[in-house]
Amino acid sequence: MALIFHRGIIANSQFFSRSSGVLFRRLRASRSCTSARGEGTANTLKEELIQVAPKRALEPNTHGFEAIIGIETHVQLFTLTKAFCSCPYVYGSRPNTTICPVCMGHPGTLPVLNSKVVEFAVKLGLALNCGLSMTSKFDRKHYFYPDLPKGYQISQFDIPIATKGFIDVDLPVEFGGGHRRFGITRVHMEEDAGKLLHSETGSYSQVDLNRAGVPLLEIVSEPDMRSGIEAAEYAAEIQRLVRFLGISNGNMQEGSLRCDVNVSVRPIGQSKFGTKVEIKNMNSFSAMNRAIDYEISRQVLLHSQGQSDQIFQETRLWEEGAQKTFTMRKKEGLADYRYFPEPDLPEVVLTKEFVDKLCQGLPELPEAKRRRYEKMGLTMQDVLFLANDNHVAEFFDASLENGADPKLAANWIMGDISAFLKNERLSITEIKLTPFELSELIASIKNGTISGKIGKEILFELLAKGGTVQSLIEEKDLVQIVDPAAIEALVDKVLAANPKQLEQYRAGKTRLQGFFAGQVMKESKGKANPLVLNQILGVKLKGES
Amino acid sequence: MPPPPVRSPSRLLLCHCRLPFHISPQTRLPLSHNSSVRRRFHCSAVSAVSALSSDPQIAPTDLTTTPPSSHILSIRESLLSRRRTAADVAGEYLDRLRRTEPHIRSFLHVSETTMREAEEVDRLVASGKDLGPLAGVLVGVKDNICTAGMPSTGGSRILEGYRPPFDATAVRKLKEAGAIVIGKTNMDEFGMGSTTEGSGFQVTANPWDISRVPGGSSGGSAAAVSAKQCVVSLGSDTGGSVRQPASFCGVVGLKPTYGRVSRFGLMAYASSLDVIGCFGASVIDSAIVLNVVSGHDRFDSTSSTHEVPDYASFLMSTDHFESTPLKGLKVGMIRETIGDGVDVGVISSIKAAALHLEELGATITEVSLPSFSLGLPAYYVLASSEASSNLSRYDGVRYGNRATVDELNSLYGDSRADGLGPEVKMRILMGTYALSAGYYDAYYKRAQQVRTLIRKSFKDALEKMDILVSPAVPSPAYKIGEKVNDPLAMYAGDIMTVNVNLAGLPALVVPCGFVEGGSAGLPVGLQMIGSSFSEEKLLRIGHIFEQTLPNYRFVPPLFLELV
Repeated sequence: MALIFHRGIIANSQFFSRSSGVLFRRLRASRSCTSARGEGTANTLKEELIQVAPKRALEPNTHGFEAIIGIETHVQLFTLTKAFCSCPYVYGSRPNTTICPVCMGHPGTLPVLNSKVVEFAVKLGLALNCGLSMTSKFDRKHYFYPDLPKGYQISQFDIPIATKGFIDVDLPVEFGGGHRRFGITRVHMEEDAGKLLHSETGSYSQVDLNRAGVPLLEIVSEPDMRSGIEAAEYAAEIQRLVRFLGISNGNMQEGSLRCDVNVSVRPIGQSKFGTKVEIKNMNSFSAMNRAIDYEISRQVLLHSQGQSDQIFQETRLWEEGAQKTFTMRKKEGLADYRYFPEPDLPEVVLTKEFVDKLCQGLPELPEAKRRRYEKMGLTMQDVLFLANDNHVAEFFDASLENGADPKLAANWIMGDISAFLKNERLSITEIKLTPFELSELIASIKNGTISGKIGKEILFELLAKGGTVQSLIEEKDLVQIVDPAAIEALVDKVLAANPKQLEQYRAGKTRLQGFFAGQVMKESKGKANPLVLNQILGVKLKGES
Repeated sequence: MPPPPVRSPSRLLLCHCRLPFHISPQTRLPLSHNSSVRRRFHCSAVSAVSALSSDPQIAPTDLTTTPPSSHILSIRESLLSRRRTAADVAGEYLDRLRRTEPHIRSFLHVSETTMREAEEVDRLVASGKDLGPLAGVLVGVKDNICTAGMPSTGGSRILEGYRPPFDATAVRKLKEAGAIVIGKTNMDEFGMGSTTEGSGFQVTANPWDISRVPGGSSGGSAAAVSAKQCVVSLGSDTGGSVRQPASFCGVVGLKPTYGRVSRFGLMAYASSLDVIGCFGASVIDSAIVLNVVSGHDRFDSTSSTHEVPDYASFLMSTDHFESTPLKGLKVGMIRETIGDGVDVGVISSIKAAALHLEELGATITEVSLPSFSLGLPAYYVLASSEASSNLSRYDGVRYGNRATVDELNSLYGDSRADGLGPEVKMRILMGTYALSAGYYDAYYKRAQQVRTLIRKSFKDALEKMDILVSPAVPSPAYKIGEKVNDPLAMYAGDIMTVNVNLAGLPALVVPCGFVEGGSAGLPVGLQMIGSSFSEEKLLRIGHIFEQTLPNYRFVPPLFLELV
């Protein structure tokens, strides 16, 4: 049983390690080389290519209460090596295969900071509009648990690398839309712990230290969210941000993006916060939305029944099956982590040049993309779809650079292309269609070289097999027939072949025009220009030759 | 990591030719320029052990004669001239180790591959290939310094049988220089103690008087060099753990600047204070070992990138001593270390040593370090705090001894209760307390402020003075068991040394005299403190001091009896 379980994960992981690496290279090059394509690479983002907008949950009936929501997000960075040693981290590896004396906490070992962690932290800090601490430090956070090899976690306590920022979010249209700005309290660097594998009988547990020492950024929000959808969108925006920045795969199922949500409820008008409850174990944005709304309802109910004292400061787990939160543990006073400065690591000192360089190298971020797309006249629905995934956005932008009409390109991407991706379970980086060919296709339809119908056929050909619009049109002789004489000949042929229908038409059954149009189109193998065709057909049917 | 600097054999030979032990006493004439002062010294400082004063003209083959000579260079010369084989040398040391070990018990583990490794060195000699600077040199390594494939317990039961998967950087460098690790030396558990009585396994005796402690926590390393069980040894110094046992055992002990030697592979006690240091029978030997183990290490972010000079270069000038080789040197005697609470014999030894420095041309001035007395409490707060954190990893989950229990909290509780000794537990408790919410500011933070003050007062003093001197310990070696039930008295013994760790400075302890005790007197060490990365200067001064000190003969009676 356990073995099968592992095998599944291993396959998945190999797949992931490859894709992460490629993804990273791509993103770094993306500014100068927009047509770069990760052909043949695995599909990191396929399962979430299309934003699953959380289904409208039952809006909690808040009865004069308001919910206060704050989120702590842990983002696992996909650096090549761990934060403080040279072990790789590959999700799903066989237990205890990517470990060394340092991340196992052997006696005498010392941490050495991976400079990429600082680079990624600064990028995220900048992207979240934070102030950076030019000198920060690491601290030790102490607690005993078998997945924590050293008995302390290297983290940042009183001087985090970034503080006081904000993030802009556009709520999905189906949830009423709207723009929100949520405060970011801090971003700090720390290391992940290992994992415990509990035996089925519960009689023993095993420790897997593969994840121990993997770099994390913890992002703490201000308590600015008021509903499940706001919280879910905040988290989704963090995911977009880390993916756009190329610092994490942001995958919730793998635990690369983990959100702990604090929810409290208070009567509207009261300034004092209610007792806060922490919710864990939500592995999708939609689950976050539902879990929070459930928790708000639960607390509001207790408040309105005069049982607010039954709301405890505790950690609750979201159970997907029951669609409810359950108590995991009650907090027994505050844990004392006995923080003190990590003596094994020097201070982290940033130079202005280092920060400036990273700042200049930042890609266009989701918020900026959305505002740009909005200015192009796209609908918010389109905007949110296109800016949701950095690969889709890159594809879209690249086709615009080749002169494609934004609205048409958006329609193609959101319609047939995205349907194809969904059916074939592919990511947009894996298809054979290039943004250039999409713009060619759009142009060919626009200038009347081919019909929209033919365009669709060509699109599927391009998606599956590649090639160019030009060669496909020539190869298959698909150029639209616009010559009135040629079309007239076709019409004559069809009318001659269907005297009975012609008679009926002329007797008043005018809706038969559709039948004739279809026959002519068939005769032209779909190439006849429909406009010209209908014009000529109309004249001919009425016998006004 | 580039290999440690290896001096060419020809250059080493050149050094060797100028070695005191190789040179007839006459060539060192300038040193004995003033026989009257010599006599004065003899009377004031060494009177108690005048029986020990030896004929300064002892044959050069006797390695322990006045003045002390380099055992490392002697071995090297023997190998290169083919007078002896490395196997001979190893055999001699192993033989002595076997005879003395039942009395001293300085080793927790003796290597089984020493002879094989020595034969390997001989093959290298035979092939005419270049020899590393420590080829055939037998090194004792303190048990808290990791050695691949050899037990490394840090003197703790909780790590009984633990064999690290890697060599500490310092050990790797020693091996790369040709050294042979002869074994792992005893110590107070995780470095916490000043006697080796705190070892989880055994108590080491002082070779000068086996009823006395050798000091600690690097007591095993000091005793082993003193008893010539090994040529040189590595220790670690968090609050005086190299310097105090050096003083107790009459050997040279060097605590380098914090960051000079990589801590990678040193089991952390108090990370911001820990330094790997070394013991030798002479300043030259300590300098050669320091040469090998120093330098930046990418596995230790706190190791310094400061350039590593050739610490043994002063060897070149040995036979060119002027009549006052330390002329112009400004020496500050730390007033707070020669007053109340310090053994009278120790004070007079130190004062005599100061006179000797004066004779060599130095000027001695008393200086006061006002924050000196704050060092001890600050040290115990900081060291315990860091220890409480560093020792959290000994939980029985991944390595070491694990209690057989069926519940997680008992796994932690019982493994640590069974595996850790009382002194360690006490310091973990103190440190945990000092770091607790609500106490942090009053203890840890305040101690850090004291540390800043101490750093500053040393810096100020060392701007006026070239070096500072003090006793290394307020007393000579005491009896085994004497302070077991009085930890505060034991802690008080660290007063001379802890300040130096708090300031991160280098310090060298050189034997300078004796006080009464045991059958042959008990050695006293002079501590010389320099500014950061001034090891070269300290070693040069120490070398001149040691080479010119009349009747320098620190050979423990046990050794004489057994040989």
